[in-house]
Amino acid sequence: MTQIAAVGPKPDAQEIRYEQPSRLTLTWRYLRRNKSLVLGLAIVIALTLFTVIGSLTIDTEKRAYPLAVKPKQPPSAEYPLGTDFFGRDLLAVMVRGIWQTAVIGLIAGAIGTGVGVILGFLSAYYGGAVDTIIRAITEVLLPIPAFLILVIIAGSIDRKSVTIYTMALIVSLLAWMGPTRVMRAQVLTLKERLFVNVARLSGMSNLEIVFKEILPNMLPFILAAFVSGVFAGIFASFGLSVLGLGPLREPLIGNTIWFAQQQAAFFNGWWWWPLWPSLALVLIFVSLTLINVGLDELANPRVRRTE
Amino acid sequence: MRLGYLVRRILFLIAVVWVAATIVFFIPRLSARNPIRERFAEIARSTGFAPKDLEQIIAAYEVKFGLDKPLLQQYVEYMSGVLRGDLGPSLTRFPKTVLELILSALPWTIVLLMLTTLISFVLGNLLGALASWPRSPKFVKGLMAPLMMLQAVPAYLLGLLLIFFIAFRLKLLPMGGAYSQGVTPSLTLEFILDAARHQILPAISLILASLGFWALGMRGMGITIQGEDYVNFAEHKGLHPRTIFTQYYVRNALLPQVTGLALAFGSVIVSGVLVEQLYGLPGLGGLLGDAILKNDYFVIYGITLFVILSIAILMFLVDLIYPLLDPRIRYESR
Repeated sequence: MTQIAAVGPKPDAQEIRYEQPSRLTLTWRYLRRNKSLVLGLAIVIALTLFTVIGSLTIDTEKRAYPLAVKPKQPPSAEYPLGTDFFGRDLLAVMVRGIWQTAVIGLIAGAIGTGVGVILGFLSAYYGGAVDTIIRAITEVLLPIPAFLILVIIAGSIDRKSVTIYTMALIVSLLAWMGPTRVMRAQVLTLKERLFVNVARLSGMSNLEIVFKEILPNMLPFILAAFVSGVFAGIFASFGLSVLGLGPLREPLIGNTIWFAQQQAAFFNGWWWWPLWPSLALVLIFVSLTLINVGLDELANPRVRRTE
Repeated sequence: MRLGYLVRRILFLIAVVWVAATIVFFIPRLSARNPIRERFAEIARSTGFAPKDLEQIIAAYEVKFGLDKPLLQQYVEYMSGVLRGDLGPSLTRFPKTVLELILSALPWTIVLLMLTTLISFVLGNLLGALASWPRSPKFVKGLMAPLMMLQAVPAYLLGLLLIFFIAFRLKLLPMGGAYSQGVTPSLTLEFILDAARHQILPAISLILASLGFWALGMRGMGITIQGEDYVNFAEHKGLHPRTIFTQYYVRNALLPQVTGLALAFGSVIVSGVLVEQLYGLPGLGGLLGDAILKNDYFVIYGITLFVILSIAILMFLVDLIYPLLDPRIRYESR
């Protein structure tokens, strides 16, 4: 019976399900092909589990700060990752440090991408003087290495009052130029597409077109810009904190490396102290890059063909 | 047109430097910190030197450095100083000026960064071109994934891991410093070899971190060139594969990479600064790390501005040599 219906002019919903595998199956099949996205997400999930389980089982409020445990202990059953010169349990430091580093990255990424999306839209959609001003500012600011300006900003602030949130804000100050440029280019190509013209002709308002027609099509790019923003935010905060400009009271990963360097940890044979934070950061950076490569493949079918 | 282009380019770069200098001038003034007062507080804390007329000394220094004048006048003086190459005095090594400190640190940085960038550019582009070249062996293509991972990791972290594995565990190379302790810098072969040995790890970390950028970019270019008619034509003409590879393939794919070089200067210098700080080298990075530690503000501002200025000049130079590499591009009207 159903087979006869399939030849008929109007197949019902049941028939379509036979031909199209479910969304879940399709996602699964896609993920099996997009290995870098899966691997990157797997690392991020593993790190998240590490911090969540860690902060539930260990007293990080106390053990991640100085004078909590016996100092300078190599990794052992009691201290799986060892302890540092100041008497911090490095396992607790890592649990808290990875979390704080992620918070800085997420805030900086969100602010940078948010501002970038808004400015990119304004610039591309309205054009004219708005476009000229926004473009001129971005073009002039882009060649200046943001990191050096951040060094000056972080250096001018009273170091004792720096928290991870001020750190995140400092880092996001110069994180919007890249996203602005990418978003502007994307909106420029999208707004000339047929469906936008159709929407305009059918009487949609500007805001409606932006939110209902253009924005949904930009999601993969916004997501990719966000992931790069998180990467850049963590990168910049890491650079600042290894120069000693971070929130020194907090067990941020970069700070831990800075303290280890200040105490010449390798020369003194405390190799475990700088090693764990370095490995954690390598994992963070590699996973974000893998996710970005995966997203690129998702958003750009042209990259897929060359593989 | 050629002149017009150059003028526009110069105006753009002047705007970049001017904006940067303005930021560098105003941000510290917005904060309540007083570098001179902090410097004296530092001295008082570490040496117990706390004269009664400290306020007068601080005021005298402020007059000497021109910090008592109206902000706008200071700004004009600072800008004209920057134009004359005067970046102000150093607070911690007072009679020396910031420019003197920078110039004495510069050779180390230039040698390290020039060599590593050159090696990384050549090697990375070669690997990338080979990876997209259909005839090349499989293992070259397999190299791309690890290179991509390495590119994700900051040179500083690679440097730290290299110190751990190669210098600390295997004891093959020194852990840091520019030359062995107790050696005085001189232009003898012995000293140069010793210094070179200390530069190996910093160089490797910088090269490994940047290799992937060039290799991946070149591979992408190579893949698009593969289908081009002129490559097919050269193959059918029966040219030697090596000739096709060097003259048709690499030559054309290289052009966007040179543009990339201009864009990469910023990140090269920043990662160079961090790596120098990690290894305690006496270059600009070491100077910056030291200045941050000792609150020597004028040195921090000076280095920042100097780096931005050199990036602008390098970008301009790349603009100038670009038409030499690509005969199709001429900044001329017709």
